[in-house]
Amino acid sequence: MATARKNRDQPWLMRTYSGHSSARASNALYRTNLAKGQTGLSVAFDLPTQTGYDADSPLARGEVGKVGVPISSIEDMDQLFDQIPLDQMNTSMTINATAAWLLSLYIGLAQRRGIDPTRLSGTTQNDIIKEYLSRGTYIYPPGPSMRLIADTINYTVKHVPKWNPTNICSYHLQEAGATPVQELAYALCTAMAVLDRVKASGEIAPDAFPQVVERISFFVNAGIRFIEECCKLRAFGEMWDELTLSRYQVADPKLRRFRYGVQVNSLGLTEPQPENNVQRIVLEMMSVVLSKRARARAIQLPAWNEAMGLPRPWDQQWALRMQQVMAFETDLLEYDDILDGSPVIAAKVRELIEGAKREIENVEAQGGIIAAIESGYIKRELVGSHMNRLRAIESGDLKIIGVNCFQETAESPLTLGSDGAIMKTDPAAEREQIERLQAHRKNRNDADVRAALQGLSDAARSGENIMPSSIRCALAGVSTGEWGDSLRAVFGEFRPPTGIDIAIDSREVLGKKDRVTDLRTRVASTGNALGRPLKLLVGKPGLDGHSNGAEQVAVKARDVGFEVVYDGIRLTPQQIAQAAQEEGVHMVGLSILSGSHMELVESVLQELRLRDLANVPVIAGGIIPREDADKLLALGARAVYTPKDFNLNAIMEDMVDVIRECNGLERFALRP
Amino acid sequence: MTPVNLPDPEQLAVRIMRGERAAVASGLNLLDNKLAEARNRSASLLASLSGERWLNDGHLIGVTGPPGAGKSSLVSAMIREWRLSGRTVGVLAVDPSSRPELGGGALLGDRIRIKNSSHDEGLFIRSLANRNQLGGVATEVWPMSWLMLACFDIVVIETVGVGQTEIDIAEIGDTVCYVAQPASGDTIQYLKSGIIEIPDIFAVNKSDLGAPARKTASEIGRSASRQDRREDWDYPVCLVSATMNTGIKPFHDHFDRHRKFLANAGLLDKLRIRHQSAWVMRLLKEEFGTFGLELAGGQTQIGQRLSENRFNQFEEYERMRKHILSRFFFGKPTEQSNQKGAS
Ligand code: B12
Ligand SMILES: Nc1nc2c(ncn2[C@@H]2O[C@H](COP(=O)(O)OP(=O)(O)OP(=O)(O)O)[C@@H](O)[C@H]2O)c(=O)[nH]1
Ligand SMILES: [Mg+2]
Repeated sequence: MATARKNRDQPWLMRTYSGHSSARASNALYRTNLAKGQTGLSVAFDLPTQTGYDADSPLARGEVGKVGVPISSIEDMDQLFDQIPLDQMNTSMTINATAAWLLSLYIGLAQRRGIDPTRLSGTTQNDIIKEYLSRGTYIYPPGPSMRLIADTINYTVKHVPKWNPTNICSYHLQEAGATPVQELAYALCTAMAVLDRVKASGEIAPDAFPQVVERISFFVNAGIRFIEECCKLRAFGEMWDELTLSRYQVADPKLRRFRYGVQVNSLGLTEPQPENNVQRIVLEMMSVVLSKRARARAIQLPAWNEAMGLPRPWDQQWALRMQQVMAFETDLLEYDDILDGSPVIAAKVRELIEGAKREIENVEAQGGIIAAIESGYIKRELVGSHMNRLRAIESGDLKIIGVNCFQETAESPLTLGSDGAIMKTDPAAEREQIERLQAHRKNRNDADVRAALQGLSDAARSGENIMPSSIRCALAGVSTGEWGDSLRAVFGEFRPPTGIDIAIDSREVLGKKDRVTDLRTRVASTGNALGRPLKLLVGKPGLDGHSNGAEQVAVKARDVGFEVVYDGIRLTPQQIAQAAQEEGVHMVGLSILSGSHMELVESVLQELRLRDLANVPVIAGGIIPREDADKLLALGARAVYTPKDFNLNAIMEDMVDVIRECNGLERFALRP
Repeated sequence: MTPVNLPDPEQLAVRIMRGERAAVASGLNLLDNKLAEARNRSASLLASLSGERWLNDGHLIGVTGPPGAGKSSLVSAMIREWRLSGRTVGVLAVDPSSRPELGGGALLGDRIRIKNSSHDEGLFIRSLANRNQLGGVATEVWPMSWLMLACFDIVVIETVGVGQTEIDIAEIGDTVCYVAQPASGDTIQYLKSGIIEIPDIFAVNKSDLGAPARKTASEIGRSASRQDRREDWDYPVCLVSATMNTGIKPFHDHFDRHRKFLANAGLLDKLRIRHQSAWVMRLLKEEFGTFGLELAGGQTQIGQRLSENRFNQFEEYERMRKHILSRFFFGKPTEQSNQKGAS
């Protein structure tokens, strides 16, 4: 019988991305997770916290405590880490636009507990660049956002040296459709922009700069094509080594190491036959652990029910156990790099590096990543890549088991439970959080709060590092919304390009007769019957930043002949209804993935009625459980689509029929 | 049976003049509608809305320039100024359609650039696709802009980027502003080759880019030909930055100044009549071609007749249309052929 070798490598840090309802509920969850052998914490915040609103802001309605924990002030932070020793914990926070604030709350809490901040370790994601491209929780324009990133880096390097102040993310780019080459190129462009900005701030002595470079870590993705993904990570390592040496003259190779954490691909996890996601997740994990030279430092895995809704503790436990089996049962950690010397791997790595270098040059020629975001270039590239992916799924060129092939299935016992096999957050969470916040506001010293906020605005204006005044705000009991608003007043707000204005590839479609050309005829003839071309408003109500679905629906609708209005993410129901009225659309299509569909669809319907638009059909798509879909239809929505409706042509055919029905025309005959 | 519910034009006109947003919206839908019954009602709607005001009230502004020059961003900056001074604004923003064989769809992307996030009852934006019609604007834009003139203080038309298509910019507004892209020779080329008439106000946007913007501004100043200029108007060239919000106030003031200039010089009503005639001519030409126009008496005669019939251009148009139709179907008298109309 084989036995395990003694000198195994240390396993990576194992985390579970979690948080929901309230600081108290999330604290309980963290403590059970730690007891199960999890070795670090990964905090998921709710959307109001991520976008700098208080729980009682009208914009936060329906979102408090939904997809993460609400943190409104230092008191919530205290409760979140109740009985968790901050100096012994490695805490990763997925926080971006408000990263400087949440870090200030963490440091403030440590000070209050008498812990020296130099002993804190963990990570703030704090890559606001990719928020504009994929993740959607941006607040301020790119200039001030870059400054906030630089401020946190400059501060932690001096005062919280074990902290990873920023985690450059390519994870989210892949989730928005990026190819491996795009992931490599845009993540490295972002890293350069951040380092250049820190350098330009002049706060770091030149001989200390290599330490700053060493503090930059990455958060990457690993998809199902695991050989290629493994090569991508080796490519990342080589490119980072070369870049830090040539561009930033970091002499010590140790400081040039590509340090990264991973969440594996979730975009490819499916709603139909969700048990298949387990295989996918394990295979995806392979690519980031297989090769020792490019192994992840920290891993968090999604759960089998990813495309259905939020995972329950048991689902997350299953995901954690996947990591533990890989690390502790297999012989993976007993070997040196098993891919070194493989010519096949080396060739693939070369190919990826060359592709990425070309794209980096391209972006640099446009003035760098910020310019290429402002002009919409990168977003268009991502929307284009994602469109190609969806077209391949539609045509069957890209096989997704259980979705576009092998759809036959026995009933799954996994999805039978009365809870719909997903986590239901506490419906009272929002009200309780609002009460808690309002009580907190009464308990603090108003003069201290005012002075601290004044200090914050002054620092924002003068350009002085934002961290010291933010920590004073934290200790004075300032709220998340107050911090966010003070900076909004100085920096302004920003809406990035939506990227949907990509060119139609005419070679592909010209002269063909297929489902798309048939759809065009249907759209055109319906428009003729109604007197003007069909016009569609695609709306993203609430704080939800999941834009993929809305973008792809908009692009497809334009391709089949709709005139499409899409104003980007994070609009209020009122703004959406107003746009529907001003634009005179034939249909309003809402896309909601954050779980607030009940509140939001209902308010949009009501706002439309207020404007005499009750006869404009409203449809909704996104992560909407079956029972909620039925409720939405009862409220007056005309159709609901979820990820199992992967075929956009079929969705478009249905939309045209809904419009026809609502205008007294016959539905088109079903396609044979 | 017509499946479409069409509003009563007279009632609608009353509500539009009261500034009811729902009425404005459904009026615009009606003007966009090509069904025969909708066309009749559109003509009555316009007839009910028309009046002295259309000749000398409000301000009709055209904004044009190459794609991506910052037209929408600048319009947004100007709207801030107008709204601060309490004036209401209607915007018609035109974007290109894809070619008919590619489905003819469109992404209407100006709105997101023009609108800031706050709710504003004094601002109304309608986006339109140009539907592959000639010029940077769709034919629907003309009647829609008059509807808006009936209820907003300022009406702005943003065209699709010039250069993609030829455009007679003088026919889209009282005051036409051209937004130029720094470091691009296009604008100079258009001016020299006469593709564009000289606009009333030049904006060189993106002045935050520094030297290239200044250079473009001085080149434009030099290359605009002088001959067809109006006397007493100085054709200002403004350096502005929509994103940094610099230079906006003086730029904005030129619009009011130009409006006053036109009124004082007695040019405003002439421009408005020309504006209305441009639409009629365009419609007739789209439907019947140059030959049809000749049948109705040719461009000059039509223009003449339209300007004589100051408030009833739409009825005049319908008359001419029917007249041309009757000539096309010569020998087969229809109920249209006994119109008194032209001839
Ligand atoms: C990709 C993804 C992301 C990307 C989003 C990139 C982007 N720009 O869109 C990134 C990585 C940024 C991300 C982030 C987050 N995510 Co996420 N994400 C996903 C994921 C994996 C796929 C969603 C997707 O894009 N699918 C592809 C598109 C094409 O499909 P779709 O939107 O479903 O659209 C289809 C149909 O639904 C329908 N449709 C959708 N909209 C519309 C609209 C109309 C008009 C029509 C006709 C049809 C239609 O048609 C489409 C074609 O099939 C899902 C899980 C999953 N596998 O579904 C989680 C998921 C949606 N995310 C989730 C969460 C919680 C988050 C975070 C909030 C986590 C956090 N606490 O920070 C963040 C924050 C994001 C934010 N700002 O709101 C949860 C939501 C939980 C819930 N509803 O209860 C999910 C379900 C994962 C999970 N199980 O926990 N995410
Ligand atoms: N640097 C800089 N960029 C600007 C400025 N104004 C606009 N932009 C950018 O230029 C791009 C185009 O701006 P838009 O306002 O959409 O331009 P447009 O002329 O309306 O474009 P189309 O309608 O598509 O022809 C956007 O990326 C803006 O952010 C400016 O003053 N300075
Ligand atoms: Mg525009």
